[in-house]
Amino acid sequence: MPWGEFKNIAAERRLFQRRTLVMLIFVMLLTGALIARLYQLQIVEHEIYTTLSDKNRVQVQSVPPPRGLVYDRNRVLLAENRPVFSVTLVPERITDMSATLARLQTILSISDEDLERFQRRLKERRRPFQELPLRYDLNEDEIARLAVLRHELPGVEVQAELVRYYPHSELTAHALGFVGRINQSELQRIDPVNYAGTNYIGKSGIERFYEKLLHGKVGYQHVETNARGRTLRVLERQNPVPGENIQLHLDLRLQRLAHKLLDGRRGAIVAIEPATGGILALASVPGFDANQFVTGISVEDYRELSESRDKPLFNRALRGQYPPGSTLKPMLAIAALDSGATTRNRSIWDPGYFQFNSSGRRYRDWKRSGHGWVDLNLALAQSCDVYFYEIAVDMGVDTIHHYLSRFGFGEDAALDVAGALSGLLPSREWKQGARQEPWYPGDTVNLGIGQGFMLATPLQLATATALIADRGFWIEPRLLKSIDGNNDLTSFLPEQNHAPLTLKNPDDWEFVVEAMADVMHGARGTARAAGANASYRMAGKTGTAQVFSLAEDEEYDAEEVKERLRDHAMFVGFAPVDNPQIAVSVIVENGGGGSSTAAPVARALFDAWLLEFGEGGGDREGSAAADIANVEGPR
Amino acid sequence: MANRDILHGTDSSSLGNPRGFWAMVHLDPILLVLLLILMGGGLFVLYSGADRNIDMIKAQGIRLGIAFVAMVVLAQLDPAVFRRWAPLFYGLGLVALLAVLLVGVGAKGAQRWLAVPGLPRFQPSEYMKLVVPMMAAWYLSRHYLPPRLRHLAVGMAIVLVPMAMIVKQPDLGTSLLVGMAGIFVVFFAGISWKLIAAFFALVSVSAPVMWMYGMRDYQKQRVLTMLDPQSDPLGAGWNIIQSKTAIGSGGYDGKGWLQGTQSHLEFLPESHTDFIVAVLAEEFGFVGMLVLLTVYFLIILRCLYIAVSAQDSFSRLLAGALTMTFFIYIFVNIGMVSGMLPVVGVPLPLVSYGGTSGVTLMAAFGVLMSIQSHRRMICS
Repeated sequence: MPWGEFKNIAAERRLFQRRTLVMLIFVMLLTGALIARLYQLQIVEHEIYTTLSDKNRVQVQSVPPPRGLVYDRNRVLLAENRPVFSVTLVPERITDMSATLARLQTILSISDEDLERFQRRLKERRRPFQELPLRYDLNEDEIARLAVLRHELPGVEVQAELVRYYPHSELTAHALGFVGRINQSELQRIDPVNYAGTNYIGKSGIERFYEKLLHGKVGYQHVETNARGRTLRVLERQNPVPGENIQLHLDLRLQRLAHKLLDGRRGAIVAIEPATGGILALASVPGFDANQFVTGISVEDYRELSESRDKPLFNRALRGQYPPGSTLKPMLAIAALDSGATTRNRSIWDPGYFQFNSSGRRYRDWKRSGHGWVDLNLALAQSCDVYFYEIAVDMGVDTIHHYLSRFGFGEDAALDVAGALSGLLPSREWKQGARQEPWYPGDTVNLGIGQGFMLATPLQLATATALIADRGFWIEPRLLKSIDGNNDLTSFLPEQNHAPLTLKNPDDWEFVVEAMADVMHGARGTARAAGANASYRMAGKTGTAQVFSLAEDEEYDAEEVKERLRDHAMFVGFAPVDNPQIAVSVIVENGGGGSSTAAPVARALFDAWLLEFGEGGGDREGSAAADIANVEGPR
Repeated sequence: MANRDILHGTDSSSLGNPRGFWAMVHLDPILLVLLLILMGGGLFVLYSGADRNIDMIKAQGIRLGIAFVAMVVLAQLDPAVFRRWAPLFYGLGLVALLAVLLVGVGAKGAQRWLAVPGLPRFQPSEYMKLVVPMMAAWYLSRHYLPPRLRHLAVGMAIVLVPMAMIVKQPDLGTSLLVGMAGIFVVFFAGISWKLIAAFFALVSVSAPVMWMYGMRDYQKQRVLTMLDPQSDPLGAGWNIIQSKTAIGSGGYDGKGWLQGTQSHLEFLPESHTDFIVAVLAEEFGFVGMLVLLTVYFLIILRCLYIAVSAQDSFSRLLAGALTMTFFIYIFVNIGMVSGMLPVVGVPLPLVSYGGTSGVTLMAAFGVLMSIQSHRRMICS
């Protein structure tokens, strides 16, 4: 069949040639289309795709500055930065979060607490593509295991981060404050650019007050990343400016001693160097481990701390507002002398109580039998209440308010102590405003012994005591001593705005100081036991603040009252008398009497500061401990 | 060159080729050089696309070597052998395709492989790319050209039966390429323009119907993704966005060899297989692409010349169809990578990593060289 037919071979060939020509044109057209397409992509739209390609591979990362270090006055490190390896997740890069978490749980030990915290942060508002930490403080095994498996876990990174560390945790928690993760409200407040790489911010204390100084300036780097977001190399880098290292007036040795002296109790100690206003010690006991708060405390631990009856999170030194009691008497004595309400020689008969008139209410003296005839010196040395009832009434509330405000009561006079409260310095206006009641004469009587409405913080009491030590010359208390060795702090510390308290007769200062010295060294001084056998002279005043008020004639036996209802033991003082090196206020909550409990604490601090830590005196822990034994004795 | 067909179509004894050495080894030197340039350059690009994995280069080199041997072996055979045995080859192919449907192995829900004990696994559909045009050329060249309607019908049946069997596997892409090879034979055979017009009319009418009923969801998705890759930039659109970015960012002369960020930073998927042309475009730019297209175009030009110079209709039809199939590979691959066509699994001929298609392609060039080197010269 086929081969029998006639085939026109030449025609077939020509047909094929025509068809091949058509196909050649077809090939050329389509190739031309490809070239046109490539021309469009590579020449015309080149810029667009170059941008896309760079956006793919180049990412700008912020480099957080290392936070400034904090030293004490002897350049002992109080706050440092420690590298911590944590595993972080970028939710935007993770398609199946629960599967990733489940996988990570097989590699690392992740507690329910970690998961809970992570889930909480996941719900919070945050920057896009921000890494969320899942677990901190990975050990080397865990880092190695993650490194091996990381290609299976897109969006999961091991990050080395410098995290704040407080080597003396409990000792410095209340004095320094602490840093913590930036929360939502802080996110509103901070400069988002400068904090682009920072996860921590000062939450309280020095860390908060000097946040700007300590934080530094953010740096940047352009990095090349692959499709899975891994950083391959750094293309360009602008280094961050580290935060400033700061030195505080704080002395860790004194701080440690303060904590030891109050160990097992609740209370506060503030010590100030009168010449500089530098805060040497700022102790609130019990303390807490601030390091717990840095990476985020667990709910359970936090509950334990916040619900403890001892209130370890409460900063008693700055925020504890106590009735100052008899520790206010030296300041009232200055007021009475300068205002003319009394004289150095005026004597008053103390029958054991004070009355406006014979039928009126009796205001008791702490000594039921009375002190008999007392002058101002004796009234301070023995802490005679009736004398001060008398002169308070003579001065009147307005005069008292005027003088006490000059001592810094009723305000936060400290320069750089974040979170300090102002206490309460009562006045007619205050009572009318707060209580809708007029000021009664009886209120003045109570104010005369630092009771009634008056409230002051340990920091305020120490400040006022330092003012006496400085004979009226105001130097506001402060923590900052120098910045990176630079002592010119004028641009960093707030302005000092207190005029010196100048008396009509400046010698009145010496009179009151001598009376305070008699408290320690006089034959009938209330703290003569604490002041005994000292190689230097000290000045002080004991106090006992009532925790609850008693009816006028009611006696009470401290032993019978439950421990928590016992009076607060208080003491203010400075030493040496003539060249004051240290002024302190001591409050021992429910400690009972100021002379038996608080004064020995102050003596131990004086001894340590003047005899041990002074010129050439090293940190001799042994003898400091011996002092504590002495303190326990007379209690 | 003498173009008179005095001795035609019979398998008379070879009279030899005056071109000495090349005639002896039955290779076409021009085509050979072009192919070597393509394969050598391809390995160069692959080294970058495979992220400097020298083991992959070795594996690919071995595969290309095998493909080269297949080409040389087929080039030694006289075209008459192909013509004579075409029906048998075709019959065997159908049997193999049937076997695939019955006992084939594969993955992802498709049966494409045949595992005969003692033989390497092979893919009958790949073999059919060569055999279907061979069979169609055999059948049509036995009759008048241009073919009459009934011959045309039989010719189409020869193409459609294996196509249908391959679609069943299912492997639409390969089925279309096999069909394409057959249809080129029909076209070269001289099917009338009216019928061609009617065919395209039919295709365009049936396209919506195919869309509604014939295509699977993933296939529709690919078409939609091509039209708007931004609709799912991290999912289906990712490949095409990244490959366009790679090509576009290459610019005029590219980022330099091994400097392509899209491929080396793993943004470009399949950078050593189907999307390798994007690596070339990124690293060598528009200039590099022009060079590549030029090499391909020269190969096609040479092959069409071989087809035109062939001495019998069978050889002409077969050579023309194989050449055009080769071009379709190139166009579909580059069109797909540059976002003009939907993503289908078509490798870039002789450059993409992977073995099966390389062997088939080189075998086709073997057939072309056989046609070229077994011409009988008649001196006028």
